[in-house]
Amino acid sequence: MDNRFVKGLLRDNPLLCLALGVCPALAVTTYAVNGLALGVITCCVLVCATLVSCLLGKVSSEKGQLALYMMVSAAFAAVADLIVKANFPELSAALGIFVPLTAVSSLVLSRAAFAVDNTPGEAVADVLGMGIGYLCAMTVVGVVRELLAHGSVFGAAILPGGIPSIALPAGGFLVLGVLMGVFKAIVGKKDEEEDAQA
Amino acid sequence: MKLHLTPAPHVHSPQTTRALMGNVLLALAPCAVAGVVIFGAPALVLMAVSVLSAVAGEACWQRLTGQKVRVNDLSAAVTGLILGMNLSPRAPWWLAVVGGLFAVVLVKGLFGGLGDNFLNPALAARAFLLVSWPRYLTTWAAPLAADAVSGATPLANPSGYTLGQLFLGNIPGSIGEVCKAAVLVGFVILLCTKTITWHIPVSLTLSTLVFCGLLGYNPIAAVLSGGVLFASVFMATDYVTCPMSTKGQLVYGVGAGLLIALIRKFGLYPEGVTFAILLMNVATPLIDRYTKRRVYGYEKEAKA
Repeated sequence: MDNRFVKGLLRDNPLLCLALGVCPALAVTTYAVNGLALGVITCCVLVCATLVSCLLGKVSSEKGQLALYMMVSAAFAAVADLIVKANFPELSAALGIFVPLTAVSSLVLSRAAFAVDNTPGEAVADVLGMGIGYLCAMTVVGVVRELLAHGSVFGAAILPGGIPSIALPAGGFLVLGVLMGVFKAIVGKKDEEEDAQA
Repeated sequence: MKLHLTPAPHVHSPQTTRALMGNVLLALAPCAVAGVVIFGAPALVLMAVSVLSAVAGEACWQRLTGQKVRVNDLSAAVTGLILGMNLSPRAPWWLAVVGGLFAVVLVKGLFGGLGDNFLNPALAARAFLLVSWPRYLTTWAAPLAADAVSGATPLANPSGYTLGQLFLGNIPGSIGEVCKAAVLVGFVILLCTKTITWHIPVSLTLSTLVFCGLLGYNPIAAVLSGGVLFASVFMATDYVTCPMSTKGQLVYGVGAGLLIALIRKFGLYPEGVTFAILLMNVATPLIDRYTKRRVYGYEKEAKA
């Protein structure tokens, strides 16, 4: 069980290894706090939707499972959107359409297949790893991009200036690509060591 | 006796990367001299900083990634020099450093080094600098001989310059591109040393001439303003990022000319050469695929 959790965190990290949920990552990670916030929201929607649809999936027909999963995740995304709008209007303005769009995130959908075939415990361990892995990756991308583009980290100025184009989507691709390479180099090396030991 | 066994072909060419890049540097020399004559010492400093940062950046990158350090092949020096010549003489020195490092590490090194980069490093770095700090790349210094302190380039102010001024380079612009006469000398050097063939520069320039003319520009002035000639001779002909067959090279040149005319007419920036050639760089594998030459002895495959 904990093995599944670690897998989503590292070897199958959704953003840095599987390239899932890239679109919101490029759009909102211009500031670290936005990346962190959307990471938390996605993680919550993912875990809640998986748990509920996994329980409901046991009583629905096989054909209806995907539709069921979609509806449940859309419901949780709507709830998340309302909560963010009510409590953090500034954050809601910054994240915009990407909060309700978690309903159709490739990350949420990709876990559906696993969730319906497994026990709720395993499914939740899987999405917890995935969700927290996504959250961490979004925060790291956000920190690096904010530092490079605006010279600050979580709003605290560190460098005198920045490279404005890193805040553009093209700069997002550059940063994400380099971070993916670095992450894979580190995680891949660890995997090889583990394989050698085994 | 030790026999050296290799598969065919057995004909060796004495041509090395270093010799070819040396020819390019030689051909760039007239443009560099013209740039320094026209804009003075700041142009020299910018080009030197750019070359140094590209060469040092490539050496550090190759050392850090455990590769053999190959800066002696001069390719990084060519990249750095072309990048420096693409800057406005007013650009701050750190811009050349950032651009040089971006070119050799992000565009070239990360994709596997010389031969594996899918974009021309100098052009990609210029595009990056242009998008990041547009004001430094579009604030022009007037030539030393002129009275004005700074002015619009001929692209922004087409009627302000005579064709003679455009040809000799007595105009505001980037360091290397302004003196068309020097570019032509460089072109002749590259042709005589057989470093490049005429296909890309000529097709690109003629295509720009025709399409700019069709879109209502003065065709001669359109070719003589901005970086068309410089880019067509030195940047579009980068071996790594242009098609291999003659037919492919003509397609590539004409396509780039069309894009230049379209970007100048409808685009956000006054000059479209950078983005036009980068787009054709990306299209190069596709062009290569469709212009593959028939191998001698093989019939053309029947369409299934």
